[in-house]
Amino acid sequence: MSLVDHRPAKTGYAKGKPNRLTRNLSSKIAALPMILTALVVFVGCTIWTIVYSFTDSRLLPRENFVGIEQYERLWGSSRWITSISNLMWYGVCSLVLTLVIGFTLAALLDRKIRFENTFRSIFLFPFALSFIVTGLVWQWILNPDYGVQGVVRSWGWESFNFDPLYNPDIVIFGILIAGIWQGSGLIMCIMLAGLRGIDEDIWKATRVDGIGTLKTYLVVIIPMMRPVFVTCLVLIAAGIIKLYDLVVAQTSGGPGLSSQVPAMYVYDYMFKAQNLGQGFAASTMMLLSVVIILIPYIYLQFKGKSRG
Amino acid sequence: MTGPRGPKPKRRFSRNNIFIYGTLIMVSMYYLLPLYVMVVTSLKGMPEIRLGNVFSPPVEITFEPWVKAWAEACTGINCDGLSRGFWNSVRILIPSVTLSIAVASINGYALSNWKFKGSEVFFNILILGAFIPYQIMLYPIVILLRELGLYGGLSGLVLVHTVFGMPILTLLFRNYFTSIPEELFKAARVDGAGFWRIYFQIMVPMALPIFVVAIILQVTGIWNDFLFGVIYTKPDLYPMTVQLNNIVNSVQGVKEYNVNMAATLLTGLVPLIIYFASGKLFVRGIAAGAVKG
Repeated sequence: MSLVDHRPAKTGYAKGKPNRLTRNLSSKIAALPMILTALVVFVGCTIWTIVYSFTDSRLLPRENFVGIEQYERLWGSSRWITSISNLMWYGVCSLVLTLVIGFTLAALLDRKIRFENTFRSIFLFPFALSFIVTGLVWQWILNPDYGVQGVVRSWGWESFNFDPLYNPDIVIFGILIAGIWQGSGLIMCIMLAGLRGIDEDIWKATRVDGIGTLKTYLVVIIPMMRPVFVTCLVLIAAGIIKLYDLVVAQTSGGPGLSSQVPAMYVYDYMFKAQNLGQGFAASTMMLLSVVIILIPYIYLQFKGKSRG
Repeated sequence: MTGPRGPKPKRRFSRNNIFIYGTLIMVSMYYLLPLYVMVVTSLKGMPEIRLGNVFSPPVEITFEPWVKAWAEACTGINCDGLSRGFWNSVRILIPSVTLSIAVASINGYALSNWKFKGSEVFFNILILGAFIPYQIMLYPIVILLRELGLYGGLSGLVLVHTVFGMPILTLLFRNYFTSIPEELFKAARVDGAGFWRIYFQIMVPMALPIFVVAIILQVTGIWNDFLFGVIYTKPDLYPMTVQLNNIVNSVQGVKEYNVNMAATLLTGLVPLIIYFASGKLFVRGIAAGAVKG
């Protein structure tokens, strides 16, 4: 019986057309969690926050709309400006370095070497660790007394200075070292999969034409791997905007407020400073930056599909 | 039997190879260094740490920092060590992993074999939702959980993990079920099997490897979570990562670096064991995560 129910009724049978809602009912019930998640959490909660970012909510959300006042205050706050500039520096450096390191390592591993699995395991294992663990280890390694700086000084170079976590000017680069350690293995893995997908004949052809290995990578392979690079770019960028745990563990946003990031601003205003409006406005700005990154990506994907 | 003829293959240690292996070994050291530092620091006593540096191997090996980190380290007024956080994490992990995988596999199955009008739309919203920064949804979820009476407890956190694990897991299962030949599904339909029967008797047994991938993905992801743990639970129920951060970054008392590193290593041990035990499956899991969108 249920077999008939499933099919769209063409000729119609005794009881007439099955009800549109109850057709395929089990499937709809099974998909209910997904529908609820998509509509209530992803769409509903996002819109809720955007709407309330235009109110003057403080301890509790309230519907007293004040226009873009929260946004004006946000962009007038030096703490937010620091957060944005930190994220920019971290983002640009992290994007470039992760892509370069990821691709270089993948290319080296792709040269038909021995112990490939061992090396790959070593490069990827930090990705299994949490940002908290990553941040705490690097906090210890970068400790000015016992860490890298202390070691170099004990070798006799007394004036050596390398204390990124205690120097407000370069603190974000201390976090960068840890971030790259944690995340570059993933990019290497994706790049390696991309390199494996390239036809062996391409290599034969360039060898016949007498093009060197390095030049082949730069002129032939990298342009061919553009979709892989775009995927990596979106992955890294989405991760950068979420940057939070790592900073919490490594510096707690300090020294002073010098290593603040937007996600931290949101958390502090929402759950500590009891200034919800600011938190909502800041998180809406975070969403906006993701949208700006995603639109060209989705556009490219869509265009690619429609061209076949 | 004739052996291979012609000239001997290229020497293994050509200049090129030395460069490749040299670079790889150097880079490997950067990746392994923190692991090494964690291990040696956690085995030293405090006087030894003050005399030496982070890289020097321990002279006198002591396991006291490990014992202290596990059973005595303080967060606030509680001094029962990381063990509390560990058991909290376990209590969060097991229901979260089970529930999220059950829900997502059924979703993926419905999306691949039982499409209904609008199912693709919801699926696309779900996938795009994976890119939305969590921060924008944090507060409304607090309100929702409070209305449901789940705020501050473990069940609320389990629900949150289920919701945010759904995009990637649904994608994983949908792609897998779509790759199963449709004839199999049709044959079962002709034999009179319904939605649930096909799922339990045909799809689940066939999808066991993908279930393993999903478990690896979820166990590491949920174990490593910090943000949801700190927001949606009370201090008594904080997961291990949150408690670890509170122990190490507490401002009061003398810094005991060896205990800190032992605690850090303890927290990282679960995902590390899973990573090294699962090998290729872990890579498969993150590759599935990478191709989303």
